[in-house]
Amino acid sequence: MRTDIRIAGFGGQGVLMCGIVIAKAASLFDKNYAVQTQSYGPEARGGASRTEVVVSDEQIDYPKVENPQIFVAMSHEALLKYIDDIKEGAILIIDPDLVYQDEIKDIIENKKLQVYHSKSTETAEQVIGKKIVGNIVMLGSFVEATGVISEESAKQSILDSVPKGTEELNLQAFEEGKKIVKKII
Amino acid sequence: MADKELFVQGNEACALGALAAGCTFFAGYPITPSTEIAEVMSRKLPEIGGHFIQMEDEIAAVGAIIGASWAGQKVVTATSGPGISLMQENIGYAVMTETPIVIINMQRGSPSTGQPTRSAQADMMQTRWGSHGDYETITLAPSSVQECFDYTIKAFNLAEKYRCPVFVMADEIVGHMREKITIPEKVEIIPRQMPEKTDNYLPFDAPENGTTPMPSFGQGYNIHVTGLTHDKRGYPSTDDEETHTQLVTRLCDKILKNTNEITSIETEFLDDAETIVLSYGIPSRSALTAVKQARQKGIKVGYIKLGVVWPFAEEELIELTKNAKRIIVPELNLGQIYLEVDRVLGKYAKVELLSKIGGALHTPTEILDKIMEE
Repeated sequence: MRTDIRIAGFGGQGVLMCGIVIAKAASLFDKNYAVQTQSYGPEARGGASRTEVVVSDEQIDYPKVENPQIFVAMSHEALLKYIDDIKEGAILIIDPDLVYQDEIKDIIENKKLQVYHSKSTETAEQVIGKKIVGNIVMLGSFVEATGVISEESAKQSILDSVPKGTEELNLQAFEEGKKIVKKII
Repeated sequence: MADKELFVQGNEACALGALAAGCTFFAGYPITPSTEIAEVMSRKLPEIGGHFIQMEDEIAAVGAIIGASWAGQKVVTATSGPGISLMQENIGYAVMTETPIVIINMQRGSPSTGQPTRSAQADMMQTRWGSHGDYETITLAPSSVQECFDYTIKAFNLAEKYRCPVFVMADEIVGHMREKITIPEKVEIIPRQMPEKTDNYLPFDAPENGTTPMPSFGQGYNIHVTGLTHDKRGYPSTDDEETHTQLVTRLCDKILKNTNEITSIETEFLDDAETIVLSYGIPSRSALTAVKQARQKGIKVGYIKLGVVWPFAEEELIELTKNAKRIIVPELNLGQIYLEVDRVLGKYAKVELLSKIGGALHTPTEILDKIMEE
């Protein structure tokens, strides 16, 4: 079965890194198939930025995401820009401090979305003490809420991807992310 | 050492493929969306005693790799459309001097500087006859990150075997996308064949298969290399009709007469197919998805993917499509390889173009809708 995932935020939040870690966990460590693509160009350097990941237990032919079944939003601007084609019944994970849920309540109702909150940026700042690991806190929430990749593979993928010397920090961020995610709708 | 698995970009996979094939020299000018190839080569080549040179432009880049190839190195450059345009003069020189070089082109929106960060397949005719004169080249079209690795190795081997420029024509999507690749423990490499004698030999002889061992500067060989029409010794002979006819015919024939050796075609569901979607490069992934979806609806549709676009696999395609009534060609341009497909198969089936430009890939639905039109 194929799962189409989109992660959107603003440039510099580590949205791209988050997508790479998920896809790498799925393909190298869970031994499934995965493709990761991303937006290039000016939007990747500030403004709305996105990465897309397809995970499947069979070979992936079409590599792009058309109607995401999982949408992770770390900025309101990016959410509005990229949410239109979200699949009915999809999982939407948002950082409630950066996204105004009220403004998208129509689409949440119409598309019957399942909404999760992860206060990933605040947690990164206040619990971990480094705002920069907000993306990995969000990754922890993603794994807890969706189960698309296994926890063990996610951790291996983090260790394989993050700069040397930051492993413990990132693993701690991942654990916090798992704890803080809440199903709202 | 066992096979190694990595999760990398298409561009990185091209660079790793070049290194696995024995590449020791890269000259180029960085350009989106191929820049990561230069980045990886600039880091890795010095580690193995090779050389990376950032040139002043792409004209010089091909000049440098031609020179390095004649110095016995395995060479590559990487670029995108604007660079490929500048390279054309020296590509012709590599053809005429029978120099093995590999050129990787991550195609982007064009003409001119066009769309640096978007995908296209609009340089396909340029790899065939972008330089002046009658000639043939070899062009491969990867559609996945694994194929970026595999086809780059294949490109190096074909360049050695046929002593000609070989193009790896990918695109922005394949270049920037990340997938898992498997790097095999052992990679088959065709080494440079050197002549047995250092003088009184014919470096531009015309043996049965059309290519001859290639000498190398600095190894004691007497060599003369020129873009002028030359005889079998390599000396200019620009007025003799016979010499020119023999030389240029051989340069073409060494590729064309080995078409079946060079080309590679993947097929699915052809047995009873009345409609066939024929593609190359990245649209083939949308095509395969669409063909599978159509099959689930009970439509008799098949799939052909050209791994090698030039030389064009005429005979094999006629055979593979002999029962088809309709051929659909999706391309990220306004119709380039479609014209060749129509020339070859148009007598037997209705050939239809499904073109797309602007930077995005055909969706499977777009191809499925085309299949369902009849």
